[in-house]
Amino acid sequence: MLPTLLEHTTTRINAEIDPALHIWGWEIAVYLFLGGLVAGLLILSSLLLWKPREQTPSRILQFAPLLALVLLSLGMGALFLDLAYKLHVFRFYTAFRPTSPMSWGAWILVLIYPVAALSGLLALGPDARAWLLKKLPLAKVLAWAERKRQALLGATLAGGVGLGIYTGLLLGTLTARIQWNTAVLGPLFLTSGLSSGAAFLLLFKLDEVDRHRLVRWDMLALVVEAVLIAAMLLGFANAGAAGQLAADALLGGAWTASFWSLVVVMGIAVPLLLEGIEIKKHLPLVAVTPTLVLLGGLALRAVLLAAGQDSGFRMLP
Amino acid sequence: MAMQRREFIKITGMTALGVAAASSVVLPKASQAAVDPGTDGDHTVATFCELCFWKCGVLAHVKDGKVTKIVGNPDHPLSRGALCPRGTGGTGLLYDPDRLKKPMIRVGERGQQKFKEVEWGEALDFVAAKLKDIAAKHGPESVAMFAHGFGGSFFKHLLNAYGSDNVGAPSYAQCRGAREVGFQLTFGSALGSPEVIDLENSRAIALIGSHLGENMHNTQVQEFAKAIERGAQLIVVDPRFSTAAGKARHWLPIRPGTDLALLLAWIHVMLNEGLYDRDYVEKYAVGLEQLKAHVADKTPEWASLETGLEAAQIVDSIRVLAGARPAALLHPGRHTAWYGDDAQRARAMAIVNALLGSYGRRGGIYYPTKLGVPKYPGIPDYGHKFKPAPDRPKGKAFPFADESLAHGLRDASIPGTAEYDIKAWLVYGTNLMQALPEPKKTIEAIQHLDLLVAIDVLPAEIVGYADVVLPEATYLERWDDVVVTPYKEQYIAVRQAAVKPLYDSKPGWWIAKELANRMGLAAFFPWNDAAEMVKARLTAGKFDVESVLKKGVALGARKPVFIEDGAPAVFATPSKKIELFSQQLADAGLDPLPKYTPPEEPGPGQFRLLMGRTPTHTFGRTTNNRFLSEIYSENELWLNAQVARELGLENGAQVRVVNQDGVKSTALRLKATQRIRHDCVFMVHGYGHSAAGLNFAKGRGADDAALVTRTKVDPLFGGTGMSVNFVAVERV
Amino acid sequence: MNREKRYVMVVDTRLCVGCKACVLACKAENNTPDGYCRDWIVEDIWGLFPNLRAEIRSERCNHCSNAPCVDACPTGASHKVDGGIVLVDHDLCTGCKACIASCPYDARYVHPDGYVDKCTFCAHRVADGKTTACVAICPTKTLHFGDANDPQSEVAQLLASRRHKVLHPETGCEPNLYFLT
Repeated sequence: MLPTLLEHTTTRINAEIDPALHIWGWEIAVYLFLGGLVAGLLILSSLLLWKPREQTPSRILQFAPLLALVLLSLGMGALFLDLAYKLHVFRFYTAFRPTSPMSWGAWILVLIYPVAALSGLLALGPDARAWLLKKLPLAKVLAWAERKRQALLGATLAGGVGLGIYTGLLLGTLTARIQWNTAVLGPLFLTSGLSSGAAFLLLFKLDEVDRHRLVRWDMLALVVEAVLIAAMLLGFANAGAAGQLAADALLGGAWTASFWSLVVVMGIAVPLLLEGIEIKKHLPLVAVTPTLVLLGGLALRAVLLAAGQDSGFRMLP
Repeated sequence: MAMQRREFIKITGMTALGVAAASSVVLPKASQAAVDPGTDGDHTVATFCELCFWKCGVLAHVKDGKVTKIVGNPDHPLSRGALCPRGTGGTGLLYDPDRLKKPMIRVGERGQQKFKEVEWGEALDFVAAKLKDIAAKHGPESVAMFAHGFGGSFFKHLLNAYGSDNVGAPSYAQCRGAREVGFQLTFGSALGSPEVIDLENSRAIALIGSHLGENMHNTQVQEFAKAIERGAQLIVVDPRFSTAAGKARHWLPIRPGTDLALLLAWIHVMLNEGLYDRDYVEKYAVGLEQLKAHVADKTPEWASLETGLEAAQIVDSIRVLAGARPAALLHPGRHTAWYGDDAQRARAMAIVNALLGSYGRRGGIYYPTKLGVPKYPGIPDYGHKFKPAPDRPKGKAFPFADESLAHGLRDASIPGTAEYDIKAWLVYGTNLMQALPEPKKTIEAIQHLDLLVAIDVLPAEIVGYADVVLPEATYLERWDDVVVTPYKEQYIAVRQAAVKPLYDSKPGWWIAKELANRMGLAAFFPWNDAAEMVKARLTAGKFDVESVLKKGVALGARKPVFIEDGAPAVFATPSKKIELFSQQLADAGLDPLPKYTPPEEPGPGQFRLLMGRTPTHTFGRTTNNRFLSEIYSENELWLNAQVARELGLENGAQVRVVNQDGVKSTALRLKATQRIRHDCVFMVHGYGHSAAGLNFAKGRGADDAALVTRTKVDPLFGGTGMSVNFVAVERV
Repeated sequence: MNREKRYVMVVDTRLCVGCKACVLACKAENNTPDGYCRDWIVEDIWGLFPNLRAEIRSERCNHCSNAPCVDACPTGASHKVDGGIVLVDHDLCTGCKACIASCPYDARYVHPDGYVDKCTFCAHRVADGKTTACVAICPTKTLHFGDANDPQSEVAQLLASRRHKVLHPETGCEPNLYFLT
């Protein structure tokens, strides 16, 4: 057996690579968070609007898909800010590389725009539609969309699911980062995206039925999220030295404090509790809970992004 | 497992996205060729390196008048196409923004580093007038020169023509002198540089305090690696787990200062067990019986108590070394100015080599051979007898010194202490503030001088004390003399300018000649420039000038360098034999056989201060080289990890050391490591610069030389043992 | 016979003294920006005083046969060329850094000009029939470069005759940097 490695020195001091990898900062955390949030918004709005309603939906629901596109654009803006070679951003669209989640992401993003925009038209109430038709010659488009309503909403839903999973896979396929080397990351980011989407909608005025549904869905998402986090940690526990290392960062290392306080307690446990109370006691806790959920979602991305970059194979013997 | 996971995730990814893996589309297709970084020159110039003093042949790639890169010259026997890291770093010297750019004359106090820039004419007139004045008042011998580097030869020539032969290089009494004296006494010949050792054919190699690999003398490291590749056994005696120790079959982490005890025990075992070359010793050596008697009680058990090594390891290691005789080499070392008994330790090492039968043998020490090239054809005789150097205190004899003692010439500048006073210094390319021990004494000596001229490339500390600073062109911008090296292969090499001198710097030849012209010594510099002189020498030596300049080197015929190949077994000692017992030493009233004296112990909380090298630097000379410093930009203090824990110091802590005389170092980073004994600390020499002009190196790491406030003087030749200082370590 | 080349580098850790000549020669050859390097020296020490073992390695991009960086690249900038050398086409690179994160050896970095950069196995020299700059300079002959698929090559023979390892084989990347031990 090898004696313990005691001293490891390297002459490499490349910026952002050494002593610990740190190539992605807040931009990517925001991008991943907004990507998840948008995914959640698209999925939830498609579900809520699946059946045509007799009453005009609340304002936020009417605008949810279009708002999602604005947020998505902000996310892509953050991604753009992160690019080291910004002038070459168009290169994402001179290639399709099926092995590259980044490539998938780039294309999913552009495919989502038309689909979500059409869903966005469908979601608009009569007043908004009338106003829009006055401004833009969209009557034919709208009519076409109405005919394809189910298909469009379905596509939006699928796009949302794809986007949500993609944000997790983007990191999850980068298996050189031990922390990300887990199949849970895709579902986890999707679930977190759903919960963020719900929380985002809950920040606005909703009718009681929608509101109730969203709270329940959010609670479900938060519970699933907690289960997935537990599964991730258990997975690490069974993955030898590499898993040990991955678990260490979250269970007794540099990222433990922020992970448990911001993600688990503030982002999952407290909102669950508050939402539970809200459902039971019918108390209107308007802004606090969703804000916590959203911040928790952002923290989840930020912590896993940072901890993961920091968990390279160089740390293994 | 991870692979499966990776595949798994990929597959899940695809399915989740609901798309079957499509084939890759890339428009336009990626370039199939790598971008050529374009560092190949439009031509190359064959010259030799001066980042250290080994003189490896290099090819400088030159493009649009700039040196783009430097590679090894495959035709040169010292580089064989390869280079150490420093060789590549010549561009870091050439394009160092901190270079001396114009001649300067001091305007402030000495050491204040206040100068005015002047034109060459004014600076040279000033120096020449001053030197003439000093010659008239005190005699030309009162001018001393300190030099390190091949370019110094022209200034030595100038000084000789002027009437002084007082040239001191710290590379003798502060470095390799002890070894030269010890081997000279034993075999009648010193080892020189490159050391005349045939490492590549050694079957077993022992290193004592020599850290080949950290000490990057190119050819030697090449041969060292070749020997390892061929399966040579390696024994490394070092208080530190050096790079070489990491490759050794036996690492002997010896208590510092007790090497002689180990050597005597090794000799004891060799003689006791008959592990020596009987025929060789009988034929070539004298004094075996005295030696036997001398080491009779120097048992491994005795040595074990002194050295802290296990007796069994002492025995095993010498059995391994001696088992390979005569292709076995106890490496003579290079920097050997440690404990004050250094020449005697070198004697003991020479004796071990004699018993191995390795002197004159393949895999041991060879008889060098060299090409003849006439020296300065047509130049008049200097025409005067030089006064002996006043390089030792009045009445003190160091009978076996065969070069001037640099620190002795320094000390002679303090009036009335030596046979005569030194009144002026020419300092060429050596930073005496770090190269000599007791820097306070150096500063004191400087205050008594009538003139201090510094000829250098960079504003090192010593330059700050100069009256006149003459900026020399770097080795890549100048021609120098032809180099003729005693080596296994006969060769000569030339240094040619690759590019024109930057700024207002001038080649050494030009500076020396201009001074000579002003001092009435023009006859000694009859050529316009060094290139003309080199061509004249080559022509006089009947070399094909064009070919030499093209290749940078000319090889001679192979000559036998080993006894077994027909080289005559010559020993230039008084007895014409290998002197195991040295009658010369006995006659001088010194120990004819090496005697061990136990070293001083560090006091409580104190550690012996050891110093060494890092492969990317040549002590303080290169620490301002930004290119080389990409790898190693400040030194660290090595301290045993267990001791560090006891002192409450963590790896990476900022610490400083304080020596026995209260001298404090600047701050440096702690390397808490298993790789060193508990009773000593180690740092790489050449850091802790304070010179204002060294914008990069200034303030990085710590200077070990500043901590050498005491030395132990070798009675044989006056060398200064410097590893006799003790330090405490404290957090900053 | 027309077989596909597989360029590999073989590093003899027994000979390497960690002098860093390879690192600096690479920097000089490739004009690597200040503060960055494409190859580097790792020193590992195992054990407790005085029972120590050392390994010194000259490391660089592994030019993996199953290169995750090529897979991760969204634009095709990271790609393989003849002999399996992995290159980055500066014109296609967006600097998205997915390849950097995908590399288990952390061999890549962002060049100050924006594109991702790394060891090219000196493909520009190899194309001219020369060896890499690091191999050429190495004073200890620690480094060897060649086509592992050519049984006559030095690298193939070293791999056939000497004990060797790769770093992190568990990644499944099939690295092409071999270390003789």
